[in-house]
Amino acid sequence: MASTETTTVKDGGSVEAGLDALETTVTGRPTFRQTFVNKIFPPIVALAVVMVVWLILTPIVDDPSKLPSPGAVGTEFKNAWLAGDLLGYIWTSVSRGLLGFFFALLIGTPLGLLVARVKFVRAAIGPILSGLQSLPSVAWVPPAVIWLGLNNSMMYAVILLGAVPSIANGLVSGVDQVPPLFLRAGRTMGATGVKGIWHVTLPAALPGYVAGLKQGWAFSWRSLMAAEIIAQFPDLGVGLGQLLENGRTNSDMAMVFEAIVLILFVGIAIDLLIFSPLERWVLRSRGLLVKS
Amino acid sequence: MATTLAKETTESVEHAARLEHVSKSFATPGGQQLVLDDITIDVAPGEFVTLLGASGCGKSTLLNLVAGLDRPTTGSITTDGRPALMFQEHALFPWLTAGKNIELALKLRGVPKDERRGRTEELLELVRLPGAYGKRVHELSGGMRQRVAMARALAQESRILLMDEPFAALDAITRDVLHDELTRIWGETGLSVLFVTHNVREAVRLAQRVILLSSRPGRIAREWTVDIPQPRRIEDAPVAELSLEITDVLRGEIRRHGQH
Ligand SMILES: Nc1ncnc2c1ncn2[C@@H]1O[C@H](COP(=O)(O)OP(=O)(O)OP(=O)(O)O)[C@@H](O)[C@H]1O
Ligand SMILES: [Mg+2]
Repeated sequence: MASTETTTVKDGGSVEAGLDALETTVTGRPTFRQTFVNKIFPPIVALAVVMVVWLILTPIVDDPSKLPSPGAVGTEFKNAWLAGDLLGYIWTSVSRGLLGFFFALLIGTPLGLLVARVKFVRAAIGPILSGLQSLPSVAWVPPAVIWLGLNNSMMYAVILLGAVPSIANGLVSGVDQVPPLFLRAGRTMGATGVKGIWHVTLPAALPGYVAGLKQGWAFSWRSLMAAEIIAQFPDLGVGLGQLLENGRTNSDMAMVFEAIVLILFVGIAIDLLIFSPLERWVLRSRGLLVKS
Repeated sequence: MATTLAKETTESVEHAARLEHVSKSFATPGGQQLVLDDITIDVAPGEFVTLLGASGCGKSTLLNLVAGLDRPTTGSITTDGRPALMFQEHALFPWLTAGKNIELALKLRGVPKDERRGRTEELLELVRLPGAYGKRVHELSGGMRQRVAMARALAQESRILLMDEPFAALDAITRDVLHDELTRIWGETGLSVLFVTHNVREAVRLAQRVILLSSRPGRIAREWTVDIPQPRRIEDAPVAELSLEITDVLRGEIRRHGQH
């Protein structure tokens, strides 16, 4: 009897190992070649097409005050770089944007948690919060100027008003979408109250939260640019918005193009360097990212 | 594990779980719907009981009540400590690795940090997944997930383990293997198990006692004691024989519903 028992158990073990091996799929990381062909090459082609169209259009329009040549814009970049101003413009705006975003994070996260978890708070400000999200945050620039004057705090106020609703709403929808099964599983393990929020609700809500952060950044960057265009004041330093406005007042279209390219570039770079990797990491670690 | 359990149960407890005249109704648009009616069940320490019933008869509802996730409408439920519950779906947290899922259960139980890792490895060993510590949930097969879920439930060191059709979604071969595992672990740990299934053979393969629930409302229809010695196999003649008998009664129960 004892011997048959051992054989069944041993048998069971190897059958299991076999089943596990059959059911587990091995997925490797993509090679550099694949990444290049799938991810890097297509945007290069798109960029080349834009440049070609630009080069063709320049002699047709034939008016540098309307459409400067790529060369003129390039010279503008080169001069700003040689004068040591280029990184300064970028840094002025980016540091403002990131610091403002950081404050928005500190305010939006607890706010979102309150709205998600406290019925009264949700009923009271939930609708306002989601309504605010559809209000273009540029609309806050005039009142912020009147309330706070032409200074840095006005810029931060505008960034906050743009980003806080997105961040809070992202967290609220993240919490709302937590599968009840996880909450119940947590409860049977003793994760109730604060422990439940910390160990189950928040990590489960992370994908929605990160989506909110991403949108919050997009909104704060846009509202910051609007604020910088409007708030011209020597003490504030020259950010990308001021550069754009300077270009307009000097009728220097090459400078306007330079500013637009930089604003676009920074927006894309921050997304590519911070938010997209964060989002991919969150989704991939949960097996939610479908490789195409 | 066996030693800890023995230590904790010294204050002699007669029931791992006790349900007395439990009924449960839900408010539905058509009025109160009685789902469970006058259920009385005793699970002795170390006993393996299966609850058998057709789909929708209230098995999950009953386990939720025992787990304390919901309250009975009338009647009372007492358990020896907080039960561990293994859900119909694995319910592992996808943001944690297999190992961290188990460690979370240990942490919430108050196991000190430096003991958790070793304990987790032991539990993974127990469910025969020694290499799975760092694996993400989505990297595991269905059978492996259920085994990790089992390890997580065992990590709670509850004296009673509630299992809600944990193997229903698995293929027959994997299920057989996990039946062997469960029987072995039950034998090694001295746990009480309340196992829910709609599969008659599975119920007979595993249990010391099979309780048949009727449907609408769920009532205890009949009870069988299974004294076929373990280890059993689902194909064994005595298992098949008793399964046939139970299936006939189950069919009778279902037919009763067709008549009105
Ligand atoms: N929260 C609820 N509100 C209303 N009705 C419910 C609720 N939960 C369960 N029910 C009803 O109770 C009955 C029993 O459901 P339950 O999930 O317990 O069945 P089950 O026996 O576990 O079925 P299965 O084998 O399919 O898992 C069903 O008719 C279901 O519609
Ligand atoms: Mg069920």
